Amino acid sequence: MDPVVLFFLLGVFAKLAKSDLRLPEALYETLSIFLLLAIGLKGGVELAKVPFADVAVQASAVVVMGFLLPLPAFAILRGLGRLPRPDAASIAAHYGSVSVVTFAVATAYLAKNNIEFEAHMPLFVALLETPAIVTGILLARLGTLQAVRWGAVLHEVMFGKTLVLLLGGLAIGAAVGPEGIAPIKPLFIDLFKGVLALFLLEMGLVAGGRIGDLRRAGVFLAVFGVVVPLCFACVGALVARAVGLSDGGTALLATMAASASYIAAPTAMRIAVPEANPALSIGVALGITFPFNITLGIPLYLRLAESLRF
Amino acid sequence: MQTHSRKLLVMICEAALEKLLAEDARRLGAAGYTVVDVRGSGRGGTREGSWEADRSIEMKVICEAGVAERLAAHVLETYGPHYSVTLYFADVSVVRPEKF
Repeated sequence: MDPVVLFFLLGVFAKLAKSDLRLPEALYETLSIFLLLAIGLKGGVELAKVPFADVAVQASAVVVMGFLLPLPAFAILRGLGRLPRPDAASIAAHYGSVSVVTFAVATAYLAKNNIEFEAHMPLFVALLETPAIVTGILLARLGTLQAVRWGAVLHEVMFGKTLVLLLGGLAIGAAVGPEGIAPIKPLFIDLFKGVLALFLLEMGLVAGGRIGDLRRAGVFLAVFGVVVPLCFACVGALVARAVGLSDGGTALLATMAASASYIAAPTAMRIAVPEANPALSIGVALGITFPFNITLGIPLYLRLAESLRF
Repeated sequence: MQTHSRKLLVMICEAALEKLLAEDARRLGAAGYTVVDVRGSGRGGTREGSWEADRSIEMKVICEAGVAERLAAHVLETYGPHYSVTLYFADVSVVRPEKF
């Protein structure tokens, strides 16, 4: 097992054992800024080399997928789960959107197994973040759209730290190229895996703390948190193959589709759909799906990618 | 030293409400506010403030009694039903009344 995953499990263990281990909030913030910038920079350096037309086609497919993914999730949550509309819409938005850390763990997994992937994949992470949140809000507010503070919500997402740093990193990387990146490479590229490990320790503490929420959420959501990512991974892999991504790229897009947002979506949905219970969406996204994806999911998505060649 | 009485309104809530509360405070007549990050536990559960969606804030507003009451009533009516909000008032003395 990858050491970063073991760091995550250590965090979960510490939380469940009621250890006093607690990373300072300022460190969490620093590490997340580092990870977002590093992921963006790495992708940006390569982005400049890819023909624009290829990226445009792939990017459009990814955005359409982002808008549509919440629809089946919403139908399942309403139909099978009998959840109230706001809760179903909010959880659907979380699952349509993307988790940057899950993506980072997947890239580390591919690198460890010497599997190449399109280096501009971080662009798709940035593109996948917002569309599902918009769909989720529409699903929650059908018929009462004027009640949504769209300006505040979209500002929150479009200029939230995730997109500013990811897209900023991509732009800086593309602008300066490999030579320009060289002086900052020791910090942003060489230290990446160590920082990711430390960040996952913190994520373990956070995820361990959500297990109580899940007990209240019940069996249906726990099953949902595993089955839906598996189905969405298949959708992601099909889209990836349709636009001609490699094995590694396909595994990564499958991972993105399978992952659930726990930073951008909770913040946006809290403002846009206040009546949705955040303990449900965050409990299942962080308590079930995130641990499932980084331990079992990612290796499965790679196998899925390798078996899906046409 | 001559002092003047004002109300201190303290609101403890999810960090997601910070921008909205700041706008409301200004709009309803408060001259300023102070925000600190906090963590704690209550009927709605425990919030440790260790990551984005788990953060809580405490906003303090010193203002005229009427403004404090209007602001508190607005906050309870608007955010009370779906967010955990804790509110309390205190009487305070200020030295420069024109600031509040």
